[in-house]
Order: sequence, then C-alpha cells, then structure tokens
Amino acid sequence: MSHSTEHIDNPRTAVKPPNPRFRNWNIVLRKLKKNKSAMIGGFLILFFILVALIGPYITPYAPQTQIMVNKLQPPSFEHWFGTDNFGRDIFSRIIHGTGLTLLVGFFSVLLGATVGVLFGIIAGYYGGRIDSIIMRLMDILLAFPGILLALAIVTVLGGSLVNVIIAVAISSIPVFARIVRGSTLSVKKLEYIDAMKALGASDARIIFKHIFPNITSPIIVQATLNIATAILSASGLSFLGLGAQPPTPEWGAMLSDGRNFLYNAPHVALFPGLAIVAVVLAFNMLGDGLRDAFDPKTKE
Amino acid sequence: MFKYIIRRIIQTIPVLIGVSILVFSMMHLVPGDPAQIMAGESAPKEQVENIRERLGLNDPLPVQYLSYIGDALQGDLGNSMRSGRDVTSEIGARFWVTVELAVYSTIVAVFIGLIAGVISATRKYSFADTSLMLIALFGLSMPNFWLGLMLIQWFAIGIDLPSWVPFISDTSWFKPSGWGSFQQVVLPVITLGTGSAAIIARMTRSSMLDVIGQDYIRTARAKGVKERIVVYQHALKNALIPVVTVVGLQFGGLLGGAVLTESVFAVNGMGKLIIDSIKARDFPVVQGTILVVALLFVIVNLIVDITYRYLNKRIDLD
Amino acid sequence: MTSAPNTYENILEIKDLQTSFFTKDLEVKAVDGVSFTIPKGKILGVVGESGSGKSITSLSILRLIEDPGKIVGGEIRFKGENLLDKTEAQMRKIRGNEISMIFQEPMTSLNPTFTVGQQISESYKIHQGLNKKQAKERSIEMLKLVGIPSPEKRVDQYPHELSGGMRQRVMIAMALACDPDLLIADEPTTALDVTIQAQILDLMKDLQERLGMGILLITHDLGVVAETCDYVAVMYAGKVVEFTDAKTLFKSPKHPYTVGLMKSIPPHDHDIEGDLSVIRGSVPSPAEMPKGCRFAPRCPFATDLCRENLPDLITDEEGNQIRCWIYSDEWNGDPEVDVHAETERTT
Repeated sequence: MSHSTEHIDNPRTAVKPPNPRFRNWNIVLRKLKKNKSAMIGGFLILFFILVALIGPYITPYAPQTQIMVNKLQPPSFEHWFGTDNFGRDIFSRIIHGTGLTLLVGFFSVLLGATVGVLFGIIAGYYGGRIDSIIMRLMDILLAFPGILLALAIVTVLGGSLVNVIIAVAISSIPVFARIVRGSTLSVKKLEYIDAMKALGASDARIIFKHIFPNITSPIIVQATLNIATAILSASGLSFLGLGAQPPTPEWGAMLSDGRNFLYNAPHVALFPGLAIVAVVLAFNMLGDGLRDAFDPKTKE
Repeated sequence: MFKYIIRRIIQTIPVLIGVSILVFSMMHLVPGDPAQIMAGESAPKEQVENIRERLGLNDPLPVQYLSYIGDALQGDLGNSMRSGRDVTSEIGARFWVTVELAVYSTIVAVFIGLIAGVISATRKYSFADTSLMLIALFGLSMPNFWLGLMLIQWFAIGIDLPSWVPFISDTSWFKPSGWGSFQQVVLPVITLGTGSAAIIARMTRSSMLDVIGQDYIRTARAKGVKERIVVYQHALKNALIPVVTVVGLQFGGLLGGAVLTESVFAVNGMGKLIIDSIKARDFPVVQGTILVVALLFVIVNLIVDITYRYLNKRIDLD
Repeated sequence: MTSAPNTYENILEIKDLQTSFFTKDLEVKAVDGVSFTIPKGKILGVVGESGSGKSITSLSILRLIEDPGKIVGGEIRFKGENLLDKTEAQMRKIRGNEISMIFQEPMTSLNPTFTVGQQISESYKIHQGLNKKQAKERSIEMLKLVGIPSPEKRVDQYPHELSGGMRQRVMIAMALACDPDLLIADEPTTALDVTIQAQILDLMKDLQERLGMGILLITHDLGVVAETCDYVAVMYAGKVVEFTDAKTLFKSPKHPYTVGLMKSIPPHDHDIEGDLSVIRGSVPSPAEMPKGCRFAPRCPFATDLCRENLPDLITDEEGNQIRCWIYSDEWNGDPEVDVHAETERTT
C-alpha cells in the first residue's frame, strides 16, 4: 500500500473529503486479478454476454423450428443437446435464451437496486420518522419468504417476462435498502460530512456527491450476487408457468417442458438446468471475489 | 431480555398489519373485475354478481379490509372458489406437510452444513476445504427445481447399473412424488435442503475461521486443552451464534422454496396449493395461504431474533 | 549446574532460541538466537518495543506458535528438560499445569460463551481429574485468592459481566489454578487502567511470594520492571541485547538501547505507552535486518565496526550479559565513551 492511499483511507488525517473513486479501485482490481475463482466467473459472464449477442446469428437451427419427426432425440452430432417434444433443437434454444436470462437478471437488479439504494440512503441520512417508515415497509416486504413475494406480484400482474422482472425487482428492494442504510449511517458519522453541512451544502449534494460515492462497494457486491438470485427466481417463476410463456426459449420454461419427459428423454430437462447453473455460478463467483476484493481485511 | 422480547413482539404488529393489507389488496390490484376473473370470462352475469355479493366486493375497500381481517383473526379466511370449502380447512393438513418438509430440510441442511463448514475451517486451504467450498458454491447456484428433476431421474426413475455391480441392478430407490413414506420424503428434503446446506456451510466456515483467530482460543490452548475440544467446544460454541441466525432465516426461506419443491414432487402442501390456486384463479385460497406462510415466517424470525439476542451475551442489553 | 536428574537451579533456560515465520519465499526471523535463564522462584522481566520478538519468545516456550510460524532451532530447558523434544501430548500436560500464561487483553482472552467458573474448572478437570463439583469449589477458592469479592456469585457469571481488572484477575486465577512452576505474563497490565495496573502487579508479586513460582514478565514498560522483577532481559529486533539483574540494570544500564529506554521513562511512573521519542528511528522490520548490530542505525555511538559486524553476547565476571561492541576488546570508537552522557545530547 502506498502512502497516499493510507492517507486517504483515514478520514481523520484527511483534510479534504476523501475521493473514494480514486481510493480503492487499483487495490480492488489487483486483488480481483489474483482471485482465480473471480476471474473465471468474470470471463464466464463475458462469454455468456458474447453468446447472447452473437449466438442467435450462428445457431444451427431457429429456436422455434419444430420438426415433429425429430422429437425427443437424444444428444447427437446434429443436435448437440438433443431435441425437445416438438423436435426443436435444444442447443439453439438455450443460446437464444441466454440473452433473455441475462436481461432478466440485469434489469430486475438494476430496478430493484435503484429503488432500494434510494430508500436506504434516505432512511439512513434523514433518520427519525422517515427512517422507521421506510424500514417498516421493507420489513413488510421481507415478511414474504423467498420466492413468495415475487409469486404474489406476478399473480397480480399476470405472467410475462416483463412482469417477472418487475416482481423480482420489487422483492430485491429490501436487501439493498438495508445494506445501503447501514453504510449510509457509518459514512454519515465521518467528520467531513458534518463539515459539509456546516458549510451549507444541500442535502441532495451531500447525498449524491459525498455519501453515495462512499457506499458503492457494498452495492456493487450485492448487485452482482443478486443477479444470481434474480436469475434463479425468474427461472423458477417461469418453471411454474407464471413467467415466460411458450414458445419463448426461456430456460426455466424449457425445464418445465422437460419434466414431463424424464422417463424417456431426460436430456430435455438436463441442459437448460446446466445452463442456469453455469450463469448463476459465474455471477456468484464474481460476487464472492468482489466482496473479498472490497474487504480491506483481506490481504492482497 | 424480557423488555426486549416485548418490544420485538410489538414491532411485529405493524409488519403483520402491512402484510395483511398487501395480501388483501392482491385481489383488488388484479387488472379487471376480480369477480369476473374468478367466475371465468364467459360466465353469466348473475353468477358474477353472485360472487361479487358473496365476497362483499360491493362494500367500500376499508370496510372490506376490516371484515377480512376480522374474519381472519377468528380463523375464517373465506371460501375456496373451486371447492367451496373454507380456506382454513383447505390449508388444514397441508400446513403440516409444508412445515414437515421445511423442518426436515433444515435439519439435514444444518447437519451437513455444520460438518462441512467445520471441516473446511479446520483444514483451511486444504484439498478437502477447497472441494467442499466448491460443492457449496454449486449447491448455492443450482435451481432447486432442477435438482429435484435430476434426483427424480437418477434415484426414482433410476439408472440401470451394469451387471458387474454386485447386489443392486438399478438406482430407483425412492418415489418421485407424494409425501408421507420415507421413500417419498427423501428426495424433496434433499432438493429443498441443498441450498441451505451450502449457505450454512459457508457461514460456518467463515464464522469458525473468525473465532479460531480469537485470543480466547489461544487461552484455551495455553491451558492444555486438547485441540479437538478447542475446536468442537471452545470455538464451535462461539461460531454457532451467527450461524443460528442464518439457520432461522433459512428455515423461513425454505417455506418459500417449498413452492417449487412441492410442485416438482407433487407434494400436497401449501406451496402446491398456492400454485394450483393461482392457476385456477382461486384468489381466496391464494390470499389465505400466502397470509399463513408469511405469518409463520414472521413468527420464526421473531424466535430467531430472540434466540440470537439470548445467545449473544456480548451485545449490550441497553 | 548439576547433571543429576530432577535437580535444577533454573526453572527455565532458553538457549539460542530461533523462531521464524515463513511466507512463500521469505523466512522472517522473529526470534533470532535468544538466550536467558530464570532461576527458581524469581521474576524475569523481558523488555522491548513491539516487534522485538518478546511475545513470540513467550509463545515459543509453550510451543503455541501457529502457522506459518515455526521454532527452527535452540533449546528450551524447563526443569532441566528440553521442551522442544516433547510430544504434543506431553506438552499439553505441561500447559496450564506446570507452565501457564496470562495474556495482554483480558477483554478478549476469556471465552465469552463460558462462565468464569467453567473456564477455571477446565484446568482442574484436565490436569487433576477433578469432577465438576470439586473443580467448581476449587475455582471459587482461586477467585477468592485473586481477590475477587463474592466469588460464589462471580463463578457463575460470564466474562461480559466483569470489568477489565476483574477479568485479568480471573485470567490469573485460571493460570495459577494448578499451581504452576512457571507463569508467563505477556503484558498483563497494558490494557488496564493505571490504578488497576498497580493492583494487578501487586497481586502477582504477592502470589509469586506465596506460591514460589518463577515468572516471565513481558512488558514494554520499564517502570513495571523496576517494581517487580529480579532479572531483566532487554530484547531488540529478535535478540537479547542486555541481560542482568534488575538492580544493576537500573543503576548502570550498559547497552545504548537500554539507556535510551531509561531516558524515555517519564519522571513519574504513569502511563507511557511505549513513547520512545528519545531513541530516534524505529525497530527495523525483520525482513530488512541491518547487517551488523541491529541497533546500529539508531545508535548514537555506532561505528563502521557496529554497522558491519554483529556483536556477540559478552558475559562479564558477575554473569551480566551485554551485546555491544563498546564493551568488547575490538571497540574502535572513543575509548572513553560514556553512554549515559552521550544520549542526553542526541535528539
């Protein structure tokens, strides 16, 4: 660690407000590069993004093409992952579904994190009654275990991929709100925030210029890990028939098709599941790595 | 401590009111006329009117809510649109099926998670540690409904083994559906418990590593305590405190996860009841069941918080 | 020293102890050839700044060095027997029984999930095979001995219910439970309030006189040494630089480092927290050890001889030991050098 970072790390010795954008990034990147598991996760994610962008143009079959004579074929040279009950090529369908999966994961977290971060900052910064109202609201959302909240929301909104995104987003709000509230409280205690207030800076300025940049690391970690959970929840909803509707090549929905053919064509359920595992694993690996990298206690 | 318990109980009251409002409004937030939806699109007008009357949908919303909550407090959650039976008795035995499923899964998850976590922590960076944590990562990343399907294929439908394997010819040891017998219980419990086992293993490992580095562990060693006792008594007792919270939350989470597991294994619990009722647009049952599960979850969380508080004597009791 | 078994005049003799920490491609010598002895029933103070290797030395005696640390050489003779030859099981019988240890942080050195009684009782159960009831009775006696009021009540309390001073008394009770022959106390008063510090030191001294054990007292506070110790070993950067009886040391310190330490004691013996501003610079990190005398970079008298060559430990006719070129025949600096006068000049 160089002298300048040491200096900036310690708010008591820093005369100016620390510039967090500068502060850790080099260290975090260096730690991340040394973390094999995180790097594998990161490259897997890049790979899936690439598959989602280019894949659909080079798949051997269109995802909707039904060739009934070919139905429930086991994996072969022509159909790497076999065919489903409509004779559709599972490999092609999985590639076409990659984009959907990533989009659902990404957008539901983006939406949930935005709202959650806002709630968390407001609750932590203003405290008092606003804080307790917001946090009680979060408690109410948290009272629905696991997938149940998303399930209830989708029931109300109706089954579609967009509604799944909204439902998963709403159920991820409380996690972000809680984490951000905690971080905001600890940043608020730093002396320079008081100094800014004394200088007459507006609340909005303090929140966005000084508090938010200081709490980005837990948000980034949580967002990465939450993409993994979001993908699991979304595919679960589709598996239950409450999300993506046929013939969308969504992995959860494909699994749902496959459950009827476990006896004679288990590959129909095998491959979409493996695809989900791979993507979720990648985000979990990267998320774990990010958490370690942001943690000042872990050594380089 | 007593004060804390009272305060925590009082804190849950607004949460429960909020939950009931949310559940109540489900029916009214659905686009369109709930009575029409429940009756079916082509239902005759009188039938729709009939449903509307029966559910009191003509009253103002606050009146409807108060009567809903008033009935609920007396154990009346309305009647199923499908069967006509009251929701409480629809839930009835299914309540215990889901609780059983969640409890068994929690027990299995705690057992496996603790052992794996302690082994990992005491052999940090060893081959065993690395492999266990890799397995845990997989367990965490697996959709449990997919794991369920795979388990059915491998151990219910079974895989035919080559003839040179002695004693067993195939692996169809368990039943793919239902609930009750041992053969029916095993697969759903593993399916539901795997994710939690992974989380508990990871949590136990990091908690143990944290504790093993503490000064009082060195004190125990300096006293001449055997390493095995240092690990399993001195360290584990402290390491378990944060794990208790995780276990409690996991148990609650499993109530939610049961929806998928029950659906995969056709286990007739509350989860499957919710899904079946959603598909049949049977709102009273959906609402009632979700309300019961949420209530159960809130109570479990309350118990976890109090237990944690009790165990963690280091927290100042101000 | 006689060679007959089981007769020994020194409870502890450490010879050329070497303890290192190993990283991927580096061996860090935290303790590098330390030797000293503690006569039966005497108190030896080991003094030095943090990083001098004094705590590692004490943990080495009990063989409690953890990975990546390792004892790589030397001898630790306890009652005449080398502890480094013992098996782990034999060591366990010695720990907490014949040699016990108290640590710097009473707040964190007691297990928060066991009662005070359980923690003291454990020693009795392990080493004396007492049952639960007997062990508890003995624990209450021990608590009484270390001056804890209403011990019958305290014995069932958890550490968080006790103050820092009380906890350190509990630590002492735990350490003395099995009537050890040697007590290692690693900065036992550093974390405590000044008034409590004196009480704990008095207690230790009093118990030492009553129970007749030897004590190895590790501290960075010469004031504490002056009040309690019979002998003193001054450590610097993993080596003993001066070893003598306490009276001689305070009357005429020889090593420039010891002199510097003395100068840094404030006139009244209140808390100094290792304020060594009198000695310029800081302890070299074990990874960048000077080639010659390790104190040379900070020593006002250092010559090329000091900077190039490591001095040996010289023993004078009274048995006092010093590791400094000034006192050797090879000394090539000012022959009339006065370490006491000189340091006052330096800033």
